[in-house]
Amino acid sequence: MKFTWFHLMPWPHMPDDFREKHRSVWVDLPNKMYEPELGHGIYHQYLDQLEFAEQVGFDGIGVNEHHANAYGLMPSPNIMAATLTRRTSKAALVVLGNSIALYNPPLRVAEEFAMLDVLSGGRLVAGFPVGTSMDTNYAYGTIPALTREKYAEAHDLIRKAWAADQPFAFNGRYTKLRYVNCWPKPIQRPAPPIFIPGGGSVETYDFCIDNTYSYSYLSYSGYLRAKLLMEGYWKRVAERKVDESPYRAGFAQVICVADTDAEAEKLYWPHVSYFYNRCLHVYPGFADAPGYRTVKTIQTGALSQFTQAAVRNYPSMSWKDLTEGRYVVAGSPETVRQQMEELIKTLRVGNVFCLLHLGNMPDDKVRHSTRLFAEKVMPQLRNLWPDWNNHDDRFWVHPMSERLPMKVAAE
Amino acid sequence: MKSRSLKLKHSGISIEVVEAGKGRDLFYLHGAGGHLPKDPLLAALASKYRVVAPLLPGYGKSNGEDGLRDMLDVTLHALDVLAASKLDKPIVVGHSMGGMIAAEMAAIAHTEIAKLCLLAPAGLWLDDHPVADIFSKLPYEIPGLLFHDAEAGQKLLTTGGNMEDPEFLKQFLVMNARRLGMAGKLLFPIPDRGLAQRLYRITAKTLIVWGREDVLIPPVYGDAFKKAISKSKLLRIAEAGHAVGQEKPQAVLEAIRDYF
Repeated sequence: MKFTWFHLMPWPHMPDDFREKHRSVWVDLPNKMYEPELGHGIYHQYLDQLEFAEQVGFDGIGVNEHHANAYGLMPSPNIMAATLTRRTSKAALVVLGNSIALYNPPLRVAEEFAMLDVLSGGRLVAGFPVGTSMDTNYAYGTIPALTREKYAEAHDLIRKAWAADQPFAFNGRYTKLRYVNCWPKPIQRPAPPIFIPGGGSVETYDFCIDNTYSYSYLSYSGYLRAKLLMEGYWKRVAERKVDESPYRAGFAQVICVADTDAEAEKLYWPHVSYFYNRCLHVYPGFADAPGYRTVKTIQTGALSQFTQAAVRNYPSMSWKDLTEGRYVVAGSPETVRQQMEELIKTLRVGNVFCLLHLGNMPDDKVRHSTRLFAEKVMPQLRNLWPDWNNHDDRFWVHPMSERLPMKVAAE
Repeated sequence: MKSRSLKLKHSGISIEVVEAGKGRDLFYLHGAGGHLPKDPLLAALASKYRVVAPLLPGYGKSNGEDGLRDMLDVTLHALDVLAASKLDKPIVVGHSMGGMIAAEMAAIAHTEIAKLCLLAPAGLWLDDHPVADIFSKLPYEIPGLLFHDAEAGQKLLTTGGNMEDPEFLKQFLVMNARRLGMAGKLLFPIPDRGLAQRLYRITAKTLIVWGREDVLIPPVYGDAFKKAISKSKLLRIAEAGHAVGQEKPQAVLEAIRDYF
């Protein structure tokens, strides 16, 4: 099993009457709510938490890209990952990822990911999301019905740029470059392991299978509701007659660990509530621009994460609802272990993206929950895929063997 | 009103064309919402003209939308459909997105289009008067955006389906994704594909019609079109919103009859 400690980096100062005052946490929330001088401390606290996660033994630390929102303050996850290369040395840097259809030219992603891979000594996991409709279409203006074609072309360019050792010409529909020449190039050859965040698009299953990429389902509705979607994926894997390595798949789960079940509710409920009620408060008109999802995907009945959030009516859900429904895996280390084992086995995933910071959770609680998970839960879950020797080389990083010792100037 | 299928030779695209009425030829291009279930404007126009109203790929039974990506693709496609329709000096009428396409056709093929009628056309952008973002609107907001009388407009839009029924909802979502997915190639995120710099090429005699209560594309855009097209007249119709032709079909019919 590989455990990645994942940060969304939300704005933790949304007011109590946020839902009443604002229709959306994304796209049109006035940025007067953002206070840069507070933001300074918040960014560094969040980065400290990611570094702490490496210290206590997580395999990976994760960041991602979002725009025009208070849900996740990383328009450029690469900047965050770059800072992490300096003060971490073991954990994979899981950048999940860069929305490749948004970069002009998308070669920028090939270059920056190569920079991160070189800086980190080959520790980069490269994520290529299509991006949410809020980000891709409404905040960044990509035409919905052309998003996927643009994405496919960007992917093609990036892979060719990494593979080539000579300049070449790229004549795409959206990007035309007479000289593609990726300096630097990544340490990991032919490419860093690639994870694709998906939300049930049939096309994405095949894309992952065709390219040996890991399919990552990033959901906030927990593993019980994810079962159907992941079964669809594994069914497709079987149909395509490729091996069923659990590392072909990953799942994101909200997790809260305390000494006892009762203590978990006491410690974490306000922050869980903040996350579900403020961070996920997306105006339904922004959740899914017409044309963003293919007709084929709509026909399978899959709804986007944020359309689901609107449908689910989180404000009416209590701690009991969220934990019993396993939206949130919470409780004592033993409770969490049991539920995580069930998650891993039922979804058949080798990667778990652990969401241990939530909403406006203060630093001491984040570290408490993180430490308990790392020390009392993670070791019990390490050996769940013995047939695969608990590792699949195709879906994890290959750091260079002899790295330079890091000397941080300030120390 | 009958519809027939028209196959385009070169692209292989199959187009659904609604045809009705007798008289002089009138070629009609719909807006982003397609035709209404019983479109009052088409009915009114068909009382005096032979109306030929093709559906854009992505709408109804018309296919081939994946091959149309930008303004030029769509303009040339519409000119292909016009040519294949073999009409005799038609009046080319377009509403909203259809007006944008019609204006592009008249700018590019200005020797072929001599009579042009633009009903609240899209295609321009004025910073001080932003066009509403139709893509992020929820279904219940649409009638108020399209009609001056939202309640009456709601009745025209309703197709009689039950949105609580998952199968109907799925069909609705597929239809919406096809139609607005296609429309987005011309209108998203800002409905400006450079038409302003081409309007001077239009030599057609042009009638511009705007609903005085249009809240989607404010009436001030009528002045901008009027200013940019040399042989043009601007007519404003009271108590009408963006769907001016559907809300005031007789007034629009008379304006077209008077002008051409």
